[in-house]
Amino acid sequence: MTDRRAEILGRLRRSLKAVAETPGRGEAVQARIGAKARGPVPARSDLPRREMVTLFVEQAEAVATSVARVAGDGEVPQAVADYLKGQNLPAEVRISPDPALEGLAWSEQPLLKVESGRARLEDATSVTAALAGVAETGTLMLASGPTAPTTLNFLPENHIVVLRASQVVGPYEDAWDRLRAAEGEGQLPRTVNFITGPSRTGDIEQTIQMGAHGPRRLHVILVEDEGQA
Amino acid sequence: MSQDSAAQEPKVGLFVTCLVDLFRPSVGFAAVKLLEDAGCRVEVPRAQTCCGQPAYNSGDRRDAAAIARQTIAAFEGFDHVVAPSGSCAAMIKEHYPALLKDDPDWQGRAERLSARVHELVSFLADVLKVDSVAAAFPARATYHDSCSGLRELKIRAQPRRLLASVEGLELAELPEGEACCGFGGTFCVKYPEISNEMVSAKVANIESTEAELLLAGDLGCLMNMSGKLKRNGSKVQARHVAEVLAGDRDTPAIGEGREG
Amino acid sequence: MQSTSHAFPDNARAAVKNPQLKKALNHVKAGFIDKRAKAAAKLPEFEDLRDAARDIKNHTLAHLDLYLEAYEARITEQGGHVHWCGTAAEARDKILEICRAAGAKTVTKGKSMIAEEIALNDHLEANGIEPIETDLGEYIIQLRKEPPSHIIAPAVHLTKDQIEADFRDHHDHLPAERNLEEPAALVAEARGILRERYVQADVGITGANFLIAENGASVIVTNEGNGDLTQTLPKVHIVVASLEKVVPTLEDVSVILRVLARSATGQEFSSYTTFSTGPRRAGDLDGPEEYHVVLLDNGRSGMLGTEYQDALRCIRCGACMNHCPVYHAIGGHAYGWVYPGPIGAVLTPSLIGVEEAGHLPNASSFCGRCEAVCPMRIPLPKMMRHWREREFERHLTPLPLRAGLGVWAFFARRPALYHLFAGLKTRALGALGRRRGRFRKLPLAGGWTAHRDLPAPQGPTFQQLWAERKRDGQGRPAASA
Repeated sequence: MTDRRAEILGRLRRSLKAVAETPGRGEAVQARIGAKARGPVPARSDLPRREMVTLFVEQAEAVATSVARVAGDGEVPQAVADYLKGQNLPAEVRISPDPALEGLAWSEQPLLKVESGRARLEDATSVTAALAGVAETGTLMLASGPTAPTTLNFLPENHIVVLRASQVVGPYEDAWDRLRAAEGEGQLPRTVNFITGPSRTGDIEQTIQMGAHGPRRLHVILVEDEGQA
Repeated sequence: MSQDSAAQEPKVGLFVTCLVDLFRPSVGFAAVKLLEDAGCRVEVPRAQTCCGQPAYNSGDRRDAAAIARQTIAAFEGFDHVVAPSGSCAAMIKEHYPALLKDDPDWQGRAERLSARVHELVSFLADVLKVDSVAAAFPARATYHDSCSGLRELKIRAQPRRLLASVEGLELAELPEGEACCGFGGTFCVKYPEISNEMVSAKVANIESTEAELLLAGDLGCLMNMSGKLKRNGSKVQARHVAEVLAGDRDTPAIGEGREG
Repeated sequence: MQSTSHAFPDNARAAVKNPQLKKALNHVKAGFIDKRAKAAAKLPEFEDLRDAARDIKNHTLAHLDLYLEAYEARITEQGGHVHWCGTAAEARDKILEICRAAGAKTVTKGKSMIAEEIALNDHLEANGIEPIETDLGEYIIQLRKEPPSHIIAPAVHLTKDQIEADFRDHHDHLPAERNLEEPAALVAEARGILRERYVQADVGITGANFLIAENGASVIVTNEGNGDLTQTLPKVHIVVASLEKVVPTLEDVSVILRVLARSATGQEFSSYTTFSTGPRRAGDLDGPEEYHVVLLDNGRSGMLGTEYQDALRCIRCGACMNHCPVYHAIGGHAYGWVYPGPIGAVLTPSLIGVEEAGHLPNASSFCGRCEAVCPMRIPLPKMMRHWREREFERHLTPLPLRAGLGVWAFFARRPALYHLFAGLKTRALGALGRRRGRFRKLPLAGGWTAHRDLPAPQGPTFQQLWAERKRDGQGRPAASA
């Protein structure tokens, strides 16, 4: 395939009337990748922190994500149990093997069965942690890793995401900056998921149906860690 | 009229358009009346034929360019050039410069004409700042925005504003107003079945407004829509917007004879 | 995929006579147009974003060789493999080779237009591997052995009742008396059947909406989540993508994502936008063990640097066909190959030849609505006109049209003769049609009068009447006297 590669690149350069070394081209590409210049960023999420979080909640709810606000980490297990009860779902969750989630006070919910690990076909509900919430469109950013298997985001019918208010950012670009700060320049986790509402399809007569393949329900537990709750 | 005011009268060359010339001269005379009422001196160069779209849109650049040069030459020396058609005006304004961009002798001349050419109703409203006409036309009407005028020349508010000043005329908005009527010049005879689907959808929308009068700024679209309305046995009459603005109620509607 | 684009007029005639299709196509107008308009109106920066998106792609295309090299370097560093393929056949064979090496019996597939372009399913089946489409629309048309009729809504040509009948035919292990009245029941049934297939599959194949040079990510945008299950559960993930999908950075892709969903479905953002950069890493509990990118040229390099280059900005949102009156009339299958609608009318001649697909760029009224809504500001009518020019130059324009045009142009270029003949002809026609004011039939006008009346000329031409007015000094002559 090496010769195919050279052939195709050669064709591209002939069409562009350029060679790889044409002065300025390589520099232009390196500069563009290095600069990470932002395009027009919608002003809608340019808000003080508190209002930005409110925008996140509004936008999430507009795409059928439900949101529950809690005052601190300690209330998360209770919020999970309440949600399952409210939706009439089995009191069982698969949580990501994330110390921050595993370390929550699950024992205070003796009726709730909690296991951690990657998703299995029979799991009804998962609980995972978000890396960021993007207020612009009510979008959750989740990244894969040893403590965050991707299957938890897609296989179970119900997905509960724990998000801290301090993780809410305005536009996507701010989420990328947070991720780059955590992972290093030019590095991404194996998988980054932007999730904006539950799974849906319009493939039958363009009428929207929820729960096509991924979760039918998406629930955010928003931990108010910025002191205003 | 004094010598002085004659000197101030804008000198307007009327680009009649081939369809108006051949099928419906009353549109041309309505345009002349509106322009003269607004204080223009109107001339009609004899060296004009067609804007060249049939050739241009069929891929025949050579003939289209020859016709463009002939049209440009015919209309030099006017303050403004006005056409009672968004489609022909857009051809001259948007496409002549593109067509002649590699011709050093003509590129500048094409651009100078482009800067001076206007569709009739938008010329009255935007350039001459006409905001009302002295006409009466008691009818419930609907207005079709022809594609070139709407999208290439951004004509939408102007005809509605002037029609609002016509005594007795009530305007009902057409549903799916941005949809093409299916005319498209040679398109309607090259792909008649597709064009028929398009015009059928359009006349269904026209009928849904319960209008008795269909107006538009392009005779091609009007002939297509009125031809379909007539074939369906509809009572809706079709007229060019210029005729209504000029108060011409005597000329039979498009596709109607002296005997109705 | 075998093309029937050469038979476009016949395809279109059959389409307009199909009442089921007509019913289904009503959903295109109802389901897409208002939603897009509302989403665009809700974002004040929408038009600026369209400009920025166009500029990003223009910059990338001008440096496409270098961005592809940068992208490839990152993928390789992260343990993935890039396979450069010049043609559809090479891409099919490469994918088959990877599937065979993985010992694959079944493969799941996310929605990919490139997979349609290279006719991947037929090739896998012919070689004993079962491909399973997981996007609901694609799943439905796979049951029916049909190609997609729309680039984001592959089954848009079908009604719910047709889909119900297909499910009853194919899912014959389920109780015959089950209720499938509601679309929700159909969705649930497909979900149940496909879940097991995800887990059984040995290889998952997805397309890519974007490839990112900065970090080697491939991006898929879906609402169903099927693409994510397809690329996460099997042990091998193959991305099949064409060259022009690359963009420089995450910031650049953020700009384009903002116009993509809004233009496509009128959503502000699709449910799932996923960035994946390679095989599973140390400590990961899931994800594929192997990650391959099949990078396809198949004619794109030949479009670069030509008047068709702008079409390479396309992000496959479907807005052009959603707003196209021709598409509304005939649906996608009539176009005869993979890409329907206005973008298909430009791409198809580029990719399979204008001799085969010459009708497509001609079957447009040039209403311009496609360009008006294209998020990437692709001048689609202009490019269709370029194809008509290529056809005219090469004498591919149908002879009657060419001859008629020749006679017309002869007169149009000679104003004096033109006015003489026009005057004679309209007078004669005017006299013939004066009483009724229109014709139901007229020699040589069958294309027009088959479906509508032809208004009769009023009588003399405007030029004749204007000359009379000038001669008489003043006064407007009665136009049709």
